Amino acid sequence: MPPLPLSSFNVSSNFCTEENISECILYINQELSSLCFPPIFRNSDEMRDLDAVVALNNIHDLLQLHRRAVGMMEELEVEQLKSSSDLHYQHLTNSRLKDQLELSKKENMRLHERERQLETNLKTLQNCLKDAKEEVQRLQGIIASRATQYNHDIKRREREHNRVKERLNQLLIAKKENKQGMEVLNYVGRSDGRRCLWKTGKTESRHEGEMYKTLLNEFDNRQRELMVENIELKKVLQQMKREMVGVLNSKKTCQKEEKQSNNTDQSTLQTNSDDDEPLKGPPEMSCDHAREKLTNSIRQQWRKLKHHVERLDSQASMGQDGDSEEIISKQLHEEETERLKLEIQQCKEFIQTQQQLLQQQLNTPCDEETAAVLNDSYMLEEKERLKEEWRVFEEQRKNFDMERRNFTEAAIRLGHERKCFEDDRAMWLKHQFLNTTFADQMKPQSRRTDEFPKHSGHEEKLISISEERHLETI
Amino acid sequence: MSYLTKTSSDQSLRYSKRFAVYSSSSTMNFSEVFKQSNQLCKVSPDGKYLATCVQYRLVVRDFNTLQIVHLYTCLDQVMHMEWSSDSLFILCAMYKRGLVQVWSLEQPDWHCKIDEGSIGLVSSRWSPDGRHILNTTEFNLRVTVWSLCTKSVSYIKYPKACQKGLDFTADGRYMALAERRECKDYISVFVCDDWHLLRHFESETQDLAGLEWSPNGCVLAVWDNCLEYKVLLYSLDGRLLSSYSAYEWSLGIKSVAWSPSSQFLAVGSYDEKVRILNHITWKKITEFEHPATIMNTKAVVFKEVEKRPVVGSEDLSIHQLTMDNLLFSTQSKYEIKQLPAQVPVIKPDADRANPKIGISALAFSSDNRYLATKNDNMPQSLWVWDMQRLSLLAILEQTAPMRCFVWDPRRPRLALCTGNNKVYLWSPAGCVSVNVPVEGSFQVQSLFWHCSGSSLVLLSKEHICLCYVEAEEEK
Repeated sequence: MPPLPLSSFNVSSNFCTEENISECILYINQELSSLCFPPIFRNSDEMRDLDAVVALNNIHDLLQLHRRAVGMMEELEVEQLKSSSDLHYQHLTNSRLKDQLELSKKENMRLHERERQLETNLKTLQNCLKDAKEEVQRLQGIIASRATQYNHDIKRREREHNRVKERLNQLLIAKKENKQGMEVLNYVGRSDGRRCLWKTGKTESRHEGEMYKTLLNEFDNRQRELMVENIELKKVLQQMKREMVGVLNSKKTCQKEEKQSNNTDQSTLQTNSDDDEPLKGPPEMSCDHAREKLTNSIRQQWRKLKHHVERLDSQASMGQDGDSEEIISKQLHEEETERLKLEIQQCKEFIQTQQQLLQQQLNTPCDEETAAVLNDSYMLEEKERLKEEWRVFEEQRKNFDMERRNFTEAAIRLGHERKCFEDDRAMWLKHQFLNTTFADQMKPQSRRTDEFPKHSGHEEKLISISEERHLETI
Repeated sequence: MSYLTKTSSDQSLRYSKRFAVYSSSSTMNFSEVFKQSNQLCKVSPDGKYLATCVQYRLVVRDFNTLQIVHLYTCLDQVMHMEWSSDSLFILCAMYKRGLVQVWSLEQPDWHCKIDEGSIGLVSSRWSPDGRHILNTTEFNLRVTVWSLCTKSVSYIKYPKACQKGLDFTADGRYMALAERRECKDYISVFVCDDWHLLRHFESETQDLAGLEWSPNGCVLAVWDNCLEYKVLLYSLDGRLLSSYSAYEWSLGIKSVAWSPSSQFLAVGSYDEKVRILNHITWKKITEFEHPATIMNTKAVVFKEVEKRPVVGSEDLSIHQLTMDNLLFSTQSKYEIKQLPAQVPVIKPDADRANPKIGISALAFSSDNRYLATKNDNMPQSLWVWDMQRLSLLAILEQTAPMRCFVWDPRRPRLALCTGNNKVYLWSPAGCVSVNVPVEGSFQVQSLFWHCSGSSLVLLSKEHICLCYVEAEEEK
């Protein structure tokens, strides 16, 4: 419901006019009283006395009511919006869940179907297995029955065969003309030289006796051997035990567990001494008790030794520095062995190659001619190369000689030329000097300076060179 | 290289030529070649004489000089020839005619002929005292014991025809014989002195295949045929000491061997394994497998490699040219194969009976230390086991299937042949392959040692050749 527009209050409504004021008043009073408001007009007789205070209060109350109503309505409207949106949301989720439910139902159906199929498969396979087992049993039964059949058959045939043989035997024996017999020039003496004896009861008992004697001898021999072996093994065990005790003692003193170890050692030594005593008697008299004691004590010692060795082993693998003198870390040890193995391999290969080469050397044919030819053939290449080098060398030598000759000739020529030049220069100087003395005694420098420019550069150089050479030679 | 050397045992060189062959640092001398037939060639037990049969003649030679000492002529082709234990007599059996002739070395004029008549003859052998002959008649009807000392004849009925139905103890005092009566197996023990029946007892086998005395003569090993794996051990007085069965249903025992000290009994079976039983508890102490791939063992695998003949690389002297076979025959040597190694396997035919698979041959060395085995589906390989460590020691892989291998009776040394012209020797120091330097081809079919262990007798199809082996050998 839309709220009452406030603006309608401003417009004078058509409710009250000049004529129906009293009715209006009555109506309004009624309305107000129904709302539990005091009447705004006094119940005087048709007087339009308006109690302003009451009216204003009523109006104020009405306004408050209205305000409250409006507020409540707004709240209600908000709530309604909320609930409607909630409802909408619920609708949506409901539909979504319905869809999901549909899907999961379908999945369920599918899985049920699959399970059913697998169960049927399983049943068929089990049936097959059962059939196969039955088949196997049946075949085994057949085989067994056939085996018995064959056995029976074989026995029957064997019996028949025996009967045939008996018959044959009888016939052969019956026939006196079977020419069986031995012809011998003369009878030979026995190999041991004695005479043959008659067969009597005595001989039979003698044979029995000999047979039992042989068996007894054999038993005696075997028993003796086993005894000897037994004694040996006992000795070995004793020695092992003694050595183990010794080793354990020495190790234990190293590890600063002296007190404890002394106690335990004493106890073990005591047990050891106990063991020794009964065994000191003749070996044949060692009883089971002593034997058990010995084996137990050996087992004990061995266990101790094993623990100790394991401990040492773990120490070695960790590579502690404490006992580094004696214990080398496992890794180093392994590296060392690897290196040594490699070295051995290399040496072996080297030896093998050496052997091969030696074999090759020895296997060359010892025929002299072919050897000589072969040798020559090996050398031929070398010789050719050598010849080639000689040739080249000779050529070079000739070249060098030629060049040297040329140089010497050039040097000689140079010497000559220099000599000529020197002579020329001397001559020229002489001329010059002679000329200057006659011509210009007053101006020797200018003349010299004038006439020198022609040769100045060259001469100066020459002079400087000769000076230099002179200086050098000095 | 020397071609004509005088050996220590050589007395008169003009009776036999010997060629020395230089082969990988060992010197072996070979004698010349003599004829034989039926692979009948035996050395006397005292080692002094060598007897060979050539058709119907018996030729006896002195072993050292190889000079013919006696020559006897029999009435028919000899099928079996055997020396008596005291080396004084030789028996020659002619099965077709049912005859056995006995010759004396001391008195060449002495003669003895045993005629079995219409009863037929299937096998003939000496007794250990060298004065009785045991003949097995046809169809194994009976065993007749003929005496050369007295006029007595003994008959033994119902002998069993099997792989090894008769065995004598090593000292020759007792004889065990397998019998079959009423579809059951029995064993009879006789005293060889007077052929008195000492014990007769039933054997717990289904179908007895063989029996063998231990070397100390106190235990008799009895085994069943291949349809059932069973080994029974009986004491001399007939008590059952123990029974051993490794498995059921599959094919069982193929071969059995005692160790010379009687400590071990080696049982080789169709499952390619050898099981060793000990003489104290008669239980298995170990089993030796023969796998096709060898890895992670300390064993050495020797493989025979043939070197192609190179003409012209050898010494082209006159001596060499006269022995033309050496120029063109292949030399071979052993190479060590790296592990893991594969052993060549030949799959046997599944449909046939007695398939070629399993351990068919076992032999202990005379000092008990080694055992040599041959697996039938690896016929080119010989396996040598160390009995002290109970582990594989070496495998020799040849280029052809092995025909025969024998231990030296004195030392731990093994000789084998594969049907080609080489003889192979193995010892713990190594192995060597030697060509037989005989003119023409000499295919070694079988061989055996002289009792002193200083020489080998090699047999080809129709010839024999002696090989004198040095005591020390290197690889």
